[in-house]
Amino acid sequence: MSAVKEFTIRWGMVIDIDKCTGCGACMVACQTENNIAPQPEASNKLRSLNWMLIYELNNKKSYPDHDMAYLPRPCQQCGNPPCVSVCPVIATDKNEEGGIVSQIYPRCIGCRYCVAACPYHVRYFGWFDPVFPEGMTKVLTPHTSVRPRGVVEKCTFCHHRWNYAKEKAIFDGKNPKDLPEDAYIPACVEGCPSGAMTFGDLNNPKHKVYELSRSKNAFRLLEKLHTQTQVYYMSRREWVRKQGDNYLANDKVIGGANHAHG
Amino acid sequence: MLTAEKNWYPEGVKRCSLSQFLVWLGCISLFVLFGLLAALVILFNGIGVTGLDNYYGFGLWITFDLAVIALGAGAFFTGLLRYIIKIDDLKNIINLSVIKGFCCYSGAMLILTLDIGQPLRAWFGYWHPNVHSMLTEVIFCITCYLTVLIIEYIPLIFEQKQLNKIPFLHHMAHNLHLVMPLFAGLGAFLSTFHQGSLGGMYGVMFARPFAFREGFFIWPWTFFLFVLSAIASGPCMTVLICGFMEKITGRKFTTYRIKSLMAKIGGAMLVIYLLFKLLDTWFWATDTLPRMGFTFDQMYHGLAYGKWLIFSELGLCGVLPAILLMVPAFRMKPSLMYTGCILNALGVVINRYVFTVQTLAIPVLPFDKWTVYYPNWAEWLTSLMIVAYAFIVFSLSYRYLPIFPQEVPLNRGK
Repeated sequence: MSAVKEFTIRWGMVIDIDKCTGCGACMVACQTENNIAPQPEASNKLRSLNWMLIYELNNKKSYPDHDMAYLPRPCQQCGNPPCVSVCPVIATDKNEEGGIVSQIYPRCIGCRYCVAACPYHVRYFGWFDPVFPEGMTKVLTPHTSVRPRGVVEKCTFCHHRWNYAKEKAIFDGKNPKDLPEDAYIPACVEGCPSGAMTFGDLNNPKHKVYELSRSKNAFRLLEKLHTQTQVYYMSRREWVRKQGDNYLANDKVIGGANHAHG
Repeated sequence: MLTAEKNWYPEGVKRCSLSQFLVWLGCISLFVLFGLLAALVILFNGIGVTGLDNYYGFGLWITFDLAVIALGAGAFFTGLLRYIIKIDDLKNIINLSVIKGFCCYSGAMLILTLDIGQPLRAWFGYWHPNVHSMLTEVIFCITCYLTVLIIEYIPLIFEQKQLNKIPFLHHMAHNLHLVMPLFAGLGAFLSTFHQGSLGGMYGVMFARPFAFREGFFIWPWTFFLFVLSAIASGPCMTVLICGFMEKITGRKFTTYRIKSLMAKIGGAMLVIYLLFKLLDTWFWATDTLPRMGFTFDQMYHGLAYGKWLIFSELGLCGVLPAILLMVPAFRMKPSLMYTGCILNALGVVINRYVFTVQTLAIPVLPFDKWTVYYPNWAEWLTSLMIVAYAFIVFSLSYRYLPIFPQEVPLNRGK
């Protein structure tokens, strides 16, 4: 297990599960922004490409105690990513300011070792050639590459938008390393109608995510595995926080602000 | 033409007629043909045509690779025992081990080429190596070791009766034999490390509770366990191939004593492996898993991924063959010795299967579900193609190359 790399800027997301309605707008925004081709057989969920996926959670109780929640899942941008150290060709890395786990598509050989190593299922292999319906090519995002089949792809927090924001800051004579709150946000956060998703620099006290990630209701997925993710979830419901990790019957710690800010 | 073909046989042996041999080769070639067609479909349409999916990036192909490489370990381990430790008796079976190793490694590389999504980028592993990835070590070691196996196989080919008449080839074969201890040592080094790195590949997946193991410096325990299980099963696989060839040809190739010696070596290694494997399993179940928020029971599910797998691997295909191969009274009975060898080989196949497939089957996210993986025709046909390819290499080698020094004396009068 490699050490967690430190970055001055650490882009992160806080998702308030109590606000999420599971509408799927974030999924659609992600698909569109990142040029993910429509699937020839979309009912086959085991072959689909969803950089952002919504899981349905429930408390496993029957009515009237039944309760449910929706959990949007982008790449967790782990501080200690299980995928990076296993890649034989350094197609994926976490070596850039911002702490976003990158993916170099032209270098990936498609061995899928990163797919096997990631417990969050955020890495998607292109099983088929991307085919865009006629006319759709006109609306592809020009700054996002279209991947061939046979490589692994993933959410990069819409990294190209960060590049826009930095260029704009330089053009405006501002510091690109100290972007204001809304200068850079991924498409999913922009598209969320219920305001469940907040994005920003987890190291910057001027950004909302700084406080939110430290709230007593915040938790991270599979914290016990020490992946040190940069995506935080929030819920006032204890069963939701418990489901964020694999809590055994004798475990005492349940979510809350007891996690290390790695 | 038929008479001329006989001149290519090793000195003093008997072989079936050429027409019979061609029928045999033709039947096997059908599997190669179907496999090649499947491979073309895969290369043309991508590996979306296989049974692999988002959950199972690794499936039959990787299981097959790991299993044949473990079973092919007879080559490097027998070479080590023959040339470095100087167990002279093994000269009677070393050639078979080398051919087996060559088939296993070259076959695994063919499957690996199909398995990666971008076969044309296969060389990136050398050009952009990530020194932290165990897979990088696998890529380097597997190709280097295959080269060593080719170097070990070449003198066998040059010793063919007609080829050996050519002075250059004769001298080359002779000189290669002289330096063989060097290649045996190199092969043992490379193969040990890459058997280990195959195990390490899984043991370092720290976010996958079924595979992850604590370790020794950068090496997880799986690194050492894979080496041990390979050298336990490899010699037994050589015995099985030898026995199988004797059965279908009706001729004796080595004495029972040699086969029994190989089985005993495999059994002894199996005992050492089992000792560490049981300790490792106990630590994993009682310490590693709870720390990751899991219980032993959660690692197994339904029929496809049930606990029968671990009991079969460690009990039926672990403790039982260890007894059959280590107790002289059992080992002296051919049926029990072969049963021990089969179970030993089967145990390593189950081990490689669970590490590759079960590891991915277990839902690590608490709200995720178990899914079941079935390999489809594309994976089966290409895997069978490799088995058929090995059959062809063995058949041709047996017919034309002097691989069994004891064949002539053992079959005198037949």
